[in-house]
Amino acid sequence: MLGIVGTVPEERFPLIQGKAVFDGTRLSVAGRKIDVNRGTPALLAAACQMSGALGLDAPMAFLAGDIGLGHGSRELYSWLAGNVADCELTTMAFHYLQPDVDGHSKVLLAVQAMARPPRLIADAGFMYAAKMSGQSPEYELFTPDAGELAFLADEKAPHPFYTRGFILAEDNDVPELIAMAYRHDNAARYLLVKGRDDRVADKTGILFTVDTPRVEALEAMGGTGDTLTGIVSCLIQAGLSTPEAARLAAAVNRTAGALSDPDPASQIMDIIPCLPRAYESLISEHKVSQVRGEVS
Amino acid sequence: MALLSLFKKKPRARDDRSPWGRGILVFSNTSEVIRSEQVIKEAGFDIRVMGPPPQIRSGCDLVIEFPLIEELNILRLLRESSINVEQVVPVTDHLLKPVDLFSVKDFGDYLMVRAANMKITVHTQSLTIVNISGGGCPDVPYLAREMIGKPLTQAPSPGDIGHTLCGYALQLAYEEVRRRCSV
Repeated sequence: MLGIVGTVPEERFPLIQGKAVFDGTRLSVAGRKIDVNRGTPALLAAACQMSGALGLDAPMAFLAGDIGLGHGSRELYSWLAGNVADCELTTMAFHYLQPDVDGHSKVLLAVQAMARPPRLIADAGFMYAAKMSGQSPEYELFTPDAGELAFLADEKAPHPFYTRGFILAEDNDVPELIAMAYRHDNAARYLLVKGRDDRVADKTGILFTVDTPRVEALEAMGGTGDTLTGIVSCLIQAGLSTPEAARLAAAVNRTAGALSDPDPASQIMDIIPCLPRAYESLISEHKVSQVRGEVS
Repeated sequence: MALLSLFKKKPRARDDRSPWGRGILVFSNTSEVIRSEQVIKEAGFDIRVMGPPPQIRSGCDLVIEFPLIEELNILRLLRESSINVEQVVPVTDHLLKPVDLFSVKDFGDYLMVRAANMKITVHTQSLTIVNISGGGCPDVPYLAREMIGKPLTQAPSPGDIGHTLCGYALQLAYEEVRRRCSV
């Protein structure tokens, strides 16, 4: 089963676990309704949509409320460190959590002690913590944007806010930044670098570039990176190799974006309903092998 | 208040950037850093918000670098403002500098400004904030919810309601887009 760990931007939202259900407008987890605008709820909604298209079980959500003070994140770190071993998970995606090196290390230790450790995907704050802890190579996939890639490439930066001169790196700089991230052991086994062009890379360099369809307005839209992480998590759970999953996920996300015909004011809920149609169109038009079923 | 007034009248022209003349204030959370920066700057002290050196293992991800000689005055000022300082240490190494560069993208009807890992997009005619993207800290979705759909003149400032470095970066982008839109 796919497990997704993250936060909901509500101060009083409790620590909950449960199967995520998306009804087309809102998420439900453990009887709680959750608005989808961006962040982990957007990732979960995308994962629910893709799970349906792929014939997977609904993803298991591990959530807490956090508006940036760190309380909910700390609860989640603590709960996972003590309980994750009892969860049957084959893939885990970690998302918006307050970066906390100690909390991260305890969770990673608990995951690695599982009888069958799941494949690990990290994005957003948890990816920052993974890099800061020096344990990036323990992960199967990171999904940084260009600014976050610059942070991974800078061996001294504790957060993207402090990344040295190349934080505003353009697409041309991505290959060198990828090399720097691997040189300093600050990258996962694979990287899916989100941007004007999406790049899939490993320590040997760029494996795939996905640059179509190109929709400029998506750069302004919050949540497109979240949906991409949700899609790739499902495709990995469905059994695709990580590079193939990353390549197809980038194509699905871009195609869904194009189908929604966005402008810079569009919101991520305009795109999420288009994901199954985008996936089906790629299967039929580009003869991508249909992915069905779930890895054990 | 009298003490505050006294500080305000005091000229603070010296710019002592030599590391041995500087100290750093460590706080437990970024909100306290942002409040402290405002209070100390208003009192006329020469300070900078920086990233902590590797040897600082407690506190949040921002520190305030200040003239060490003013330690007592600044601590008193913060105490009067009910702000708790977790630790005070002298600077012994180069501190990391926050990002201070912006990139701007003009979509025609919309203007997007990026600072570090945070982007804010505004409709240029109505000055309404239409999107916030980037960042990985938990206050980003919260900030987006509170700010999107509101005009720049009425939206809450990330510096007031944010709590993390992503919130701090968004504040820089927010100030820059306000400047560019002449708000």
